[in-house]
Amino acid sequence: MTAPARLGEAGPAAGAAAPRRRPYPLPVRVRRRTDRRSRRSPLLTGLTAVVTLYSLLPLVWLVINACKTQPRLLDSFGLWFSGRFALWDNIRETFGHDHHIFVRWLLNTLLYVVAGAGGATLLAVLGGYGLAKFVFPGRRAIFAVVIGAVAVPGAALAVPTFLMFSRIGLTDTPWAVIVPSLVSPFGLYLMWVFAAEAVPDELLEAARMDGSGEIRTFFRISLPLLAPGIVTVLLFTTVATWNNYFLPLIMLRNPHWYPLTLGLNAWNEQAATAGGQPVFNLVITGALLTVVPLIAAFLLLQRYWQSGLAAGSVKE
Amino acid sequence: MALLSPPGTGRRPARRRPGHRPRWTGLGFVSPFLIVFALVFLAPIAYSVYLSLYRDQLIGGNHFVGLDNYRQAFTDHEFWSGLGRVGLFLVIQVPVMLGLALLAALALDSGRLYGRNFFRVSIFLPYAVPAVVATLMWGFMYGNRFGLVASLNEHLHTSIPDPLGPRWVTAAIGNIVTWEFTGYNMLIFYAALRVIPEALYEAAEIDGAGQWRVITAVKLPAIRGALVIATVFSVIGTFQLFNEPSILKALAPNAISTYFTPNLYTYSLSFAGQQHNYAATVAIVMGLVTMAVAYTVQVRGMRKGA
Repeated sequence: MTAPARLGEAGPAAGAAAPRRRPYPLPVRVRRRTDRRSRRSPLLTGLTAVVTLYSLLPLVWLVINACKTQPRLLDSFGLWFSGRFALWDNIRETFGHDHHIFVRWLLNTLLYVVAGAGGATLLAVLGGYGLAKFVFPGRRAIFAVVIGAVAVPGAALAVPTFLMFSRIGLTDTPWAVIVPSLVSPFGLYLMWVFAAEAVPDELLEAARMDGSGEIRTFFRISLPLLAPGIVTVLLFTTVATWNNYFLPLIMLRNPHWYPLTLGLNAWNEQAATAGGQPVFNLVITGALLTVVPLIAAFLLLQRYWQSGLAAGSVKE
Repeated sequence: MALLSPPGTGRRPARRRPGHRPRWTGLGFVSPFLIVFALVFLAPIAYSVYLSLYRDQLIGGNHFVGLDNYRQAFTDHEFWSGLGRVGLFLVIQVPVMLGLALLAALALDSGRLYGRNFFRVSIFLPYAVPAVVATLMWGFMYGNRFGLVASLNEHLHTSIPDPLGPRWVTAAIGNIVTWEFTGYNMLIFYAALRVIPEALYEAAEIDGAGQWRVITAVKLPAIRGALVIATVFSVIGTFQLFNEPSILKALAPNAISTYFTPNLYTYSLSFAGQQHNYAATVAIVMGLVTMAVAYTVQVRGMRKGA
C-alpha cells in the first residue's frame, strides 16, 4: 500500500510548538480525568501487551535472524539465536556484496529523501503559508482540487506519468523519482492548518507597517514560527520517500539508481529463483539496516509526530 | 463536507483592507506547489483520460475508439476478480484493523495501563517500516523454508496450512497490512480521545454512567470525525493495494496472479503487456470507484445520528 498522502491525521503540531508564545487554542484537558480515580488494571495491560507483542514480533525476528549465518538461518528456529553471532559479518557482507551496490542504494535513497522530501516540504511550507495568510482568487478551488487528488489511486497516475516522462527522457534517471515526490497534498494541508494558527495576522500587519517586504517577512518572522510544523511535515515526507517502492519500481530499470527498497526486493527475487544466488542473510541484514534509521528518527522526534497527529484529528 | 473545509476560513477570516496589499502575493507563495502539482497530478490524469479513449493497434495505429475500452473493462473477468478481492479486503481487513486500533486507543486512553508510553510507541513503530521490509519479514516467517509456520508444524505437530498457498494468501496479506497500519490508526483515535472536553466526562459522572456507557455515549461520538477519516483513508489504501502482493509474489508465485488486485493488473497490463490504453482505462475506473466509495463513507459517516 503506498501510504497515501494522508491529510486527516495531521494538523498543527501544537503541543510541541513553541510553548512560550501563546497557549494552544484547542480545549486540551489539563488533567486526565481518569487520573483521579482510576486504578491500574493488570488485565487491560496484559491485553494491550498482546497487541504490542504482535507489533514487535516481526522486528524481533528481524534482529535475531540478522545475527545468524546463512546455513543457520535456514535450519534453526526463527525466534531464537543459533550458531555464532554473525551480525557484524553480515553487515560487512551486505555492504561489500556485488561491488558495494548496497552503499550505492543507500546513497540513492538519501538523495531521493533530501531532494524529494526536502523539496516537498519546502513547497508545502510556501504553499500552506500563502493559502493561510493571503486572500486571493481561487483559494477554495485549490483546496478542492488538492483534497480530491488524495483519492486518486497511485497507479492511475503512475502509468501516464511514466509515459510522459519516457517521452521527455526522464525515466531511468533520479529526476523520475524526485519530481513526483515533490508534491505532498498532505504536507500542504498540514502547513495550511498550522500556518493559520501559528502566525498571527497582527504580526504580519505590523511587519508591513514597518515596510518589510513579503519575502523578508516570511523568512524573518513567519518561518521561525512555522518550525514545529515544518519538522512534522519533513518527518512524514521523509518516511514516504524513504519507503517508496511503487514509483521507483515503475521509473527505474538501471539497478545503479535503485533506492534501498527496490534493491532489497531485487536481492530477494534473485534469492527466490531457482539457480539464483541465495543471499537471504543479505536480504535480512539489508532490511534491518533499511529500517533502523527511520525507527531511530521516530523515537528521537516523538514529540513532533505525536502532537502532529494529535491536532490533525481534532481539526474538523 | 464539514469534515473537510479549508482551514482558517470559517472561524477567523483573514482580515485585510481591500486594495491594501497586492492580492497576488499569496499566489506567488503557492505557485511553486501548483506548478509541480499540475505536472505530476493534473497532467497525468488528463493524459490518462486521453489514453483511455484511444486504442493502439498493429493495423491502423492509434485511433479514437470512444468508450470501447470502458466497455471492455466492464466485461473483463480479470478486472472484476481483482476488484472482488479488494472488496473482500474492504469488508474484512479494514474493520479488523480499525477495531483493533480503536480498542488499543481506548485502552491507552483509559489511564489504567502500566507503561502507557511504551505501548503507544511500540504499536506505532510498524508504520516506520517500509512495505518492502514488512512484506519480506512476514513472507519469510510464513514461508516453509525457514519460516515460523514450518517450525511450529514440525515441533508442535500442529497442521497450520501454508499461508502462502492460494487459499490463504489473501488472509496472509491482510495480516501484513493490518500489522503495518494498526498503530497509525490507533494514534489518530488516541489523539482524538485526548482532546474530549473534561466537562463531558463530568456530566457523565454526575449521571452515574459506568465505564462502558462512557465509551459508547461520550468517547465514540466525540471521535466520530477521526473514525470517518481513518475509514476513508483505509478505503483509499485498500483499493490501491499493490506493494504487498507484488513483493510477496516472489515468495508465492503460484498463489498471486498478475491480476490479484486492480493496481497489480494495471501494472501488468502496461509494463508486461504494453497495453497502455487499456491500463489507463482500468486505472480511471478504479479511481472513480475509490472516490465514490470514499465519498459515500464520508457522507454517511458524518450524517449518522447527527
